Amino acid sequence: MSERDLTMAEALNEALHGEMERDSGVFVVGEDIAQIGGLFQVTAGLLERFGPQRVIDAPISEAGQVGAGVGAALVGCRPVVELQIADFVTLTMDQVVNHAAKWRYMSGGKVTVPFVLRGAVSSGIGMAGQHSQTLEAWFVHAPGLVVIMPSTPYDAKGLLTAAIRDDNPVVFLEKRLLYSRRGPVPEGDYTVPIGVADIKREGSDVTVACYAQGVQLALQAGRQLAEQGIELEVVDLRTLKPLDIETLGDSVRKTGRLVVVSEGARAGGVASEVVARIVDEAYDSLRAAPVRVTAKDTPIPYAAQLERAVMPQVDDLVAAVTGMLEGVPGA
Amino acid sequence: MVPAPVADAATLEELLLRMWRIRAFEIRAMELFEEKLIRGSVHPYIGMEAIAVGVCAALRPDDFITSTHRGHGHCVAKGLDLRRMMAEIIGREDGYCRGRGGSMHITAIEQGMLGADAIVAGSSALAVGAAHGLRLQGRDSVVVCFFGDGAANQGILHEACNLAAVLSAQVIFVCENNEWAISTPASASTRVPNIAVRAAGYGFPGVVADGNDVVEMRAVTEEALARARAGDGPTLIEAKSYRITAHSAATKIDLRPVEELDAWRARDPILQLSGKLVESGVAEARIVEIETQARADVDAAVEFALASPRPDPGTATEDVYAPADWNVLERLS
Repeated sequence: MSERDLTMAEALNEALHGEMERDSGVFVVGEDIAQIGGLFQVTAGLLERFGPQRVIDAPISEAGQVGAGVGAALVGCRPVVELQIADFVTLTMDQVVNHAAKWRYMSGGKVTVPFVLRGAVSSGIGMAGQHSQTLEAWFVHAPGLVVIMPSTPYDAKGLLTAAIRDDNPVVFLEKRLLYSRRGPVPEGDYTVPIGVADIKREGSDVTVACYAQGVQLALQAGRQLAEQGIELEVVDLRTLKPLDIETLGDSVRKTGRLVVVSEGARAGGVASEVVARIVDEAYDSLRAAPVRVTAKDTPIPYAAQLERAVMPQVDDLVAAVTGMLEGVPGA
Repeated sequence: MVPAPVADAATLEELLLRMWRIRAFEIRAMELFEEKLIRGSVHPYIGMEAIAVGVCAALRPDDFITSTHRGHGHCVAKGLDLRRMMAEIIGREDGYCRGRGGSMHITAIEQGMLGADAIVAGSSALAVGAAHGLRLQGRDSVVVCFFGDGAANQGILHEACNLAAVLSAQVIFVCENNEWAISTPASASTRVPNIAVRAAGYGFPGVVADGNDVVEMRAVTEEALARARAGDGPTLIEAKSYRITAHSAATKIDLRPVEELDAWRARDPILQLSGKLVESGVAEARIVEIETQARADVDAAVEFALASPRPDPGTATEDVYAPADWNVLERLS
C-alpha cells in the first residue's frame, strides 16, 4: 500500500468510498451531503458514484434521519448518517439512546444495529453556544453505543472503515479543526481496530490521555516540555467506548502520573471517567493525584478571548504537568 | 374509493379467531398482572383488535410492522407465537426477548416484527428507514407503522412522514385513533377531527377507516399496499376505534364517560364480526367454538410461559453489544 498525505476530510471520504464500493448495503444520509458533498467535503463525489438512493440529501430532520438509519440497520443495511454539526445530536437523543443503543439488548440479543452517526465537532472557530459542544460523554454514558474520536487522517480512515463494518451503533465524532490537517494515509482498504489506543509520543515522566484535538494539545505541550527535560507519553485513546484500559494502564504504571485532556465540559466528563478507570486499574502505581485538563463548565462563548478562556489550551496542559511534577495538587 | 369489501365465511372465521386470540391474551395478561406474575404494566388492545387483524391479514409474511407500548395485538396479528409472547411478558428465558424486553418491546424480525416501541411515535422513523433499506435490497416488502392518536402530535412523526414522502418510501402509517391518551381526549390534543387530513401536508393520501370493522381495515390496507409496492409512496390510514379497557392494567383513574364507553362497547369489533357471521348463516355454536379455541390457545401459552426458566442473573450484562473483537467487559466499564 502506498501512502500519500491527505487531509482528515479526504481520508474520511476515502473510507466512505471504499465501504460503499465494498458493500451495497452502505448508504449515507445527511444535510447537504449529496449535491455539494457536505459542508466539509467528507461525502464529496459519493452522489456521482453511487446515486441518489444511497447518497441522500435529507430534509432538515435530524431525528428522522437517525431513526431511519436505525430502521435500515434493522433490515440489514449499514447506514451512515451525518450530523452537519455535532450539536444537532440534541435533536436526536431519543433515536440515539432509546433506539440505536438499546434495540439489540431489548430484543434479547437477536438483532444488530450496524449504524454509524458522524458529526462535526465545531468548537474553536467562533460558532458559539449551539454549534461548539463536545458531547462524547453523553454517549459513553449510554450502554450499547461505541464512541470514536480520531485525531489523525490515518486513524480517521481506518476507524471509520472499522465503524461501518462493526455490527454495533457507533457515534463517530470528528473535530472540525482537524479536517484540514494533513497526514500520511495508505491507499486502499485498512482498518484501525476499535478499542485500541495508540501511543502518539513515548515518554517516561507523565502520561497524557487524550483524543481528537486533545492529541494536538498534548503533542505541542510535549515539545515545549521536552525543552525542560520533561517527557510526556501521549496516549491517543481514539475510542472512548470501549476504552483501551490496558494500554493506558501500562503507560501509567510506567510513568506513575496521569493527566487527561478533554475538550468536553468538566463535570461528568470523559476525563473524569478516565481518571476513575485508572484509579481502579493502577492506583498503586500513581505517584501523584491524576489531573483533568478540560473545558470549563460553561456554554461555549462566541468572542475569541472568551472561547479560548473556556476551552483547554496548551498552556493549561503545560501548567498541569509542571504543577504535578512540582507536587502542587490538582494544579 | 375503497371497493365494497367481500370475504367468504371461512376467511371471516379465521379473522374472528385471530381477534379472539388477542382478546383472550389481553384478558389473561391483565389477570396475570393482578396476580403479580407480570411486572411493570400491561396496555391492553381490547376493543381495537380489528385494526391489527385487518391490516396484518392484508400483509405478506415478508412485510414488516413496527408497534407500540400497546403492541400485543400487532404481534398476535402478525402471527407471532402466543407462547413465546406470554413467556416474554412474564419475563422468562423462552420469551421472544429472553425476558429483556417485556410487554412493551417484543421483537421478532424473522417474523416481520421490527419491534414494539414504548416511546410514543418512536418507531415512525425506523419504519421509514427500514422501508428504504428494503428498497436498496431490491425487495418490495412494505413496512406498516402502527401508532396512536397521541403519537400524532409528536415531532418525530412529522419528520418521519415527511421523510417517507420525499423518499417515496414503501410505508403505511396506521394511526389507531382510540380517542384517548391516558386521560386526555384527542379532541383536546388537536383541532382537526380527523388526523388523516394531515397526510395532505406531506403530499400523500390519508384515509379514514372504521377501525372496528376488520374487513374494511383489510381492504384499505390492500389499497395502501398496492400503492407502496408500486413505488408510489406512503399512505396514512386513520382507524377510528376505542380502547374498551383503561390505559393500562395499572391505571388507577379513568376519566372516560360511562355513556361513551357503553356506546363503544355496543360497537365491539368482535361482537360486530360475530353478528355478521351469524347473519350469513354460521351457527352460534361455531362462534362459541372459536372463542373457546382462542382461550385454550392462550391457556396453553400461559402454561408454557410459567414452565419456562427464569433468566440467569449472570447473563444480565450479555448482549449489550454485538460480538466484536473489542467486546470484552473490562474495556466497557
